[in-house]
Amino acid sequence: MSQSTQSPQQDAPAPKQGGDFNPRTGSRHWAARVFKLMVFLATISGIVVLGVLLVDVAVSGIPRLSLDFLTSLGASSPENAGMYAGLIGSLWLIALTALFAVPLGIGAAIYLEEYASDNWLNRIIEVNISNLAGVPSIVYGLLALGIFVNYLGFLTGGTSILSGAAALSLLILPVIIIATREAVRAVPGKVREGAYALGATKWDTVRGHVLPMALPGAMTGTILALSRAIGETAPLIVVGAATFMTFTPNGPTDRFTALPIQIFGWTTLPQQGWEAVAAAGIVVLMVVLLLMNSIAVTIRNKTQRNG
Amino acid sequence: MTMKAGQGRGSDPDLWRGPSRLQRYKESFIKGLLATCAYISILTTIGIVFILVYEASKFFREISVFRFLTSTSWSANFAEPEFGIIVLLSATLLITAIALIVALPVGLGAAIYLSDYASARVRKVLKPILEILAGVPTIVYGFFALTFVTPLLRGEILPWFAPLPNLSIFNALSAGLVMGVMIIPTVASVSEDALYAVPRGLREGAYALGATKYETVTKVVVPAALSGITAAFILGMSRAIGETMIVAVAAGNLPNLSLNPTESMQTMTAYIVNVASGENPAGTVQYQTIFAVGLTLFIITLSLNVISHFFVRRYQEDY
Repeated sequence: MSQSTQSPQQDAPAPKQGGDFNPRTGSRHWAARVFKLMVFLATISGIVVLGVLLVDVAVSGIPRLSLDFLTSLGASSPENAGMYAGLIGSLWLIALTALFAVPLGIGAAIYLEEYASDNWLNRIIEVNISNLAGVPSIVYGLLALGIFVNYLGFLTGGTSILSGAAALSLLILPVIIIATREAVRAVPGKVREGAYALGATKWDTVRGHVLPMALPGAMTGTILALSRAIGETAPLIVVGAATFMTFTPNGPTDRFTALPIQIFGWTTLPQQGWEAVAAAGIVVLMVVLLLMNSIAVTIRNKTQRNG
Repeated sequence: MTMKAGQGRGSDPDLWRGPSRLQRYKESFIKGLLATCAYISILTTIGIVFILVYEASKFFREISVFRFLTSTSWSANFAEPEFGIIVLLSATLLITAIALIVALPVGLGAAIYLSDYASARVRKVLKPILEILAGVPTIVYGFFALTFVTPLLRGEILPWFAPLPNLSIFNALSAGLVMGVMIIPTVASVSEDALYAVPRGLREGAYALGATKYETVTKVVVPAALSGITAAFILGMSRAIGETMIVAVAAGNLPNLSLNPTESMQTMTAYIVNVASGENPAGTVQYQTIFAVGLTLFIITLSLNVISHFFVRRYQEDY
């Protein structure tokens, strides 16, 4: 086919000197507009479903909320059921989980970023951590059940807060390590080099310069990880958390329940009034999560403005 | 201070000699302490593999692996118990398939919109909202599936909308649909990374040749990002397979080998939760079955995660 020059205004489907090339611009642009609408709808549909979910939970749950609901230990009927046992249990769990997972995670991240040489063992550790991040949470529950509840039962008290916290700590440890590594990596090399040039040892540099600069980013990641741990149900059920409890634990070796476990228990009861109770529990859980996520985002925004 | 030739470390007290021996021991100690923290992660994996294999092996001494893999019924509490993993695995896969049918088009569509169509301002608003979907606890999704989606499909919420009035209260369809919504952010964010990695030059070449945005996206960008999108798909599949609470609450607790999503069925994860929350002390066959099922689950999700990493590396190396 011979080449021919065409003026830019020609877009009508008329055969030209060069052949029967028909750009079909009209229908192609129409198809483009339809596609743009489709992908926009795809994006919006997820958000719409989220909105429906939140409205449904709020409508069923908010009427049932009251100070009584938050402080009651009742569990026998929809009228006197309360969240207190779950709130205290979750508090215990998060405190212990933070105690175990945060130092371990930050320590591991500092080692991998600042100290570890690039040998096969350290590369295996890195691959291992990213694999652990993808393991289903219920497997962590099985790990805790088999080892912490049964074999180490004499240490942990069996089905206890310690075993539950162990499951959650191991679950969020990879997340904390990955987030802290990013924060440490973001510290500029000049800071370290300046410190070394002045004669500081490696630990001096890390403790005095790298860690303080990486801490806000690490804290953001840690708080997000902890907020994920608060919402986890499956590992705790496998460890043996009680779904209905009318007393609060006195120590880390006691049996326990938690916010999401209570919600699970209420959801599975067929009688009429329990659905509202479960919805109210969900509202409480979401408020707690919202608070924690806001704290994390605030820390991140504050330090991004300063940094 | 004058430089004195030929003199060693101990001679000039004004020259700094480096860290003292005590300081060096302290440095080694700290390095060892931090290394221990890192090695805990290896201990975790060893622990997981050990406990799953050990307890499952006790189970496989009673029931042969062959029967476990090929039997077509699962009846754990009968006098003559049968343990065919196919029953639980088919439920898991059916619900996962429904979830992917929802999540793949929506997630990929959202990724395309956010990476190629949306302005920076719109992205700043919509992306975090999509991330919220990922932060909702799964028990909340389970509650939603059981108390809203199932009644909606049965016609109990909107009187003019009753596509499946005979839907069972516990069914695979509601669980699958809601699970699909839950994994939209996973599919969307991995796909978006893949689309973002496609060089601008490819897009601009297509526009220069007169392609519309739709044609550029579907014929140039998406095929170029295919390995990343495959990774997103596999990662979403892995998350759906390992997910517990949505199916435990909404899909049912009776093992049922069926491909009919309107029926109730029990997945692998729901089975583990069901048995673990009941009276099954350590040492009983029922207790050991949850480790056998857990081992199957772990192997499947681990394989899928490894395969998806392979696909991510492929597109990262291409560009």
